[in-house]
Amino acid sequence: MPHAPIPSLRVSAYTATSSVGVGRAALLDALRTRRTGLTWNDFGPEPLPTWIGRVAGLEDAALPEEFAPWECRNNRLAWLALNADGFHEAALAARDRYGAARVALVLGTSTSSIGASEEAYRRLEPAGTYPPDLRRPIVHTPHSLGDFVQAALGLTGPSMTVATACSSSAKAFAQAERLIRTGLADAAIVGGVDTLCGSVLFGFNSLELVSPEPCRPFDVARRGISLGEAGGFALLERTDGDGPWLLGYGESSDAHHMSSPHPDGLGARLAIEAALARGSVAADTVDYVNLHGTASQRNDEVEAKVIAALFPAETAASSTKGWTGHTLGAAGIVEAVIALLAIDTGVVPGTMNLSDRDPACGPQIRADNEQRTVRHALSNSFGFGGNNCTLLFGAGHA
Amino acid sequence: MSGTVYVEGLAFWSGRLPGWNVARAVLRGEEEAPATPVKRPSPAVLAPTERRRAPDTVAIALEVAAAACASARREPRELPSVFASTHGDLAISDYMCSTLAATPTMISPIRFHNSVHNAAAGYWTIGTGCTAAYTAVSAFEHTFGMALIDAIAQATADDTPVLVVAYDIEAQGPLATVVESRTAMGFALVVAPRSSERARFALDWSVVETPPRAPSHTTAAATPTPVADPLAATLLPGSPLAAALPLFRALATGARTPSLHTAGTRVALRLAPTPLATHRDEVSECTTVTT
Repeated sequence: MPHAPIPSLRVSAYTATSSVGVGRAALLDALRTRRTGLTWNDFGPEPLPTWIGRVAGLEDAALPEEFAPWECRNNRLAWLALNADGFHEAALAARDRYGAARVALVLGTSTSSIGASEEAYRRLEPAGTYPPDLRRPIVHTPHSLGDFVQAALGLTGPSMTVATACSSSAKAFAQAERLIRTGLADAAIVGGVDTLCGSVLFGFNSLELVSPEPCRPFDVARRGISLGEAGGFALLERTDGDGPWLLGYGESSDAHHMSSPHPDGLGARLAIEAALARGSVAADTVDYVNLHGTASQRNDEVEAKVIAALFPAETAASSTKGWTGHTLGAAGIVEAVIALLAIDTGVVPGTMNLSDRDPACGPQIRADNEQRTVRHALSNSFGFGGNNCTLLFGAGHA
Repeated sequence: MSGTVYVEGLAFWSGRLPGWNVARAVLRGEEEAPATPVKRPSPAVLAPTERRRAPDTVAIALEVAAAACASARREPRELPSVFASTHGDLAISDYMCSTLAATPTMISPIRFHNSVHNAAAGYWTIGTGCTAAYTAVSAFEHTFGMALIDAIAQATADDTPVLVVAYDIEAQGPLATVVESRTAMGFALVVAPRSSERARFALDWSVVETPPRAPSHTTAAATPTPVADPLAATLLPGSPLAAALPLFRALATGARTPSLHTAGTRVALRLAPTPLATHRDEVSECTTVTT
């Protein structure tokens, strides 16, 4: 199906919080100085031998009393991320400018606050019921995230939680763009939050995808993923002003396997091509591609081949999972923010822990950081269930 | 904000309304609903070995997705899709939480990858060879309204027919003490931006502001918004998707009765279907196979 060009949307505010720190400055500093957020796993009662990207201090960062019904680790991280970089104020200003029902909220997560359900099962009452403090239906359902942020921002319009596994918060941009283009909203707050929990640590472990050492994306000796947690947000508006801009996006399905990518990267290629088509941007004007690059055997091999086939040698491509770990449903927004920072600051990160390149890597995939002018940047996010989403951002727009 | 989309295909499944022909007759008052619920469907989209081990959410979602495409006479692989579920697969959530509490290293890898909210959509695209976009969404009590809004936006903005599938199953184990979901059900629609010979209904939609309403979970725990349909309480008790029933009643009877579906704390999607002259009275049923 051809993808017609879309009007650009201004990214008028954006922020991300991950294990490297709270907000953009911490992220930019970590990227510049090659400081990783990965630490030895100390999460939960029986930690697996692996490395994680854990956000410090969430245990002591209770939500304000008025948001007590939504109290849980995932919403704590949402609140922490929301209050970085003045994003909360920017969101409230947009709400007041457009009206509370005219700012859509589209947020991605993979597991939302399932950690609260896990805790309830560990602390069941003798009758098999939840402990009283966890008898709050909203934290035991996927929309916990969207419902909390909507309440926190006083928004009253369309609000949904997207859960397409590791592409979730990239998909949020695409779905929000369509709401705006259809006239269902004048602006949108997009992004996503995912937190560490037993489900993902032991789940990825059961698939033998968890690395015993800090992840090494695109390295020939990579041993799997490092899991992380993160949250981030972006404000999309139609108004004119300073960029950066959301120029396009591409979405596709692999139609291949639930937890393994298409061997030829069919879905990844379709997503990238659709993003370029929607943005009317040629591949040779893309200066940076933030790769999905999980450091799983299959993803990196397939993604490297796709990048080598689609982009010239001058395009820089890298995985930033070595800084943040794989933050699952939040990977889309965290890496969108890294792409936006590359446009705004010229900081193009390389790939941490990459020393011996997989033979599938083309010259695009970089180990070292670069400083360069970035006109166009892409961000790839691929998820279980063969769900792929690529976002295209630009410094300017047509 | 308002517009019109066209319903090309529709499908419905619950234990007591297994298939649109039954649901339609019951909603028209022509038949009584079967007293005994049937077992879960067994969708032909899945390979025989997968049919037996597919989670209930996947079985129900794929059944109605295939039936809606057949009813629209559309190739499944050509349609982008919106899959919506209020709570996802509550049986797998119960399994994951129980296993994590007891023996976390014994988590089944298949159950883990089936635990993602987009599992049904993943199996659908794999089973039909569909490389088009899909999404998987949730919006608590607003799930049906938001799923339709998302599908309408995609159909309108990208000028494409869109498959929208919604499903939920019964809560199990300790989760059932806090999550109100007591009836497994699913339904699907194919909505198109333009009228054609496939169009069975014109569906006028508008997003309207509603009086402010606190989220249901902050007022009375585990009590969903009451559904304005006389059959919802008996046929779909405790279903978080029962809010869709008034729309299906209008589609069944041909009455141009508008229905209101919340999409946020102060907005709702108003839907008013009009049967079209080309409306085929008989709906092709999906091809369930027995296992």
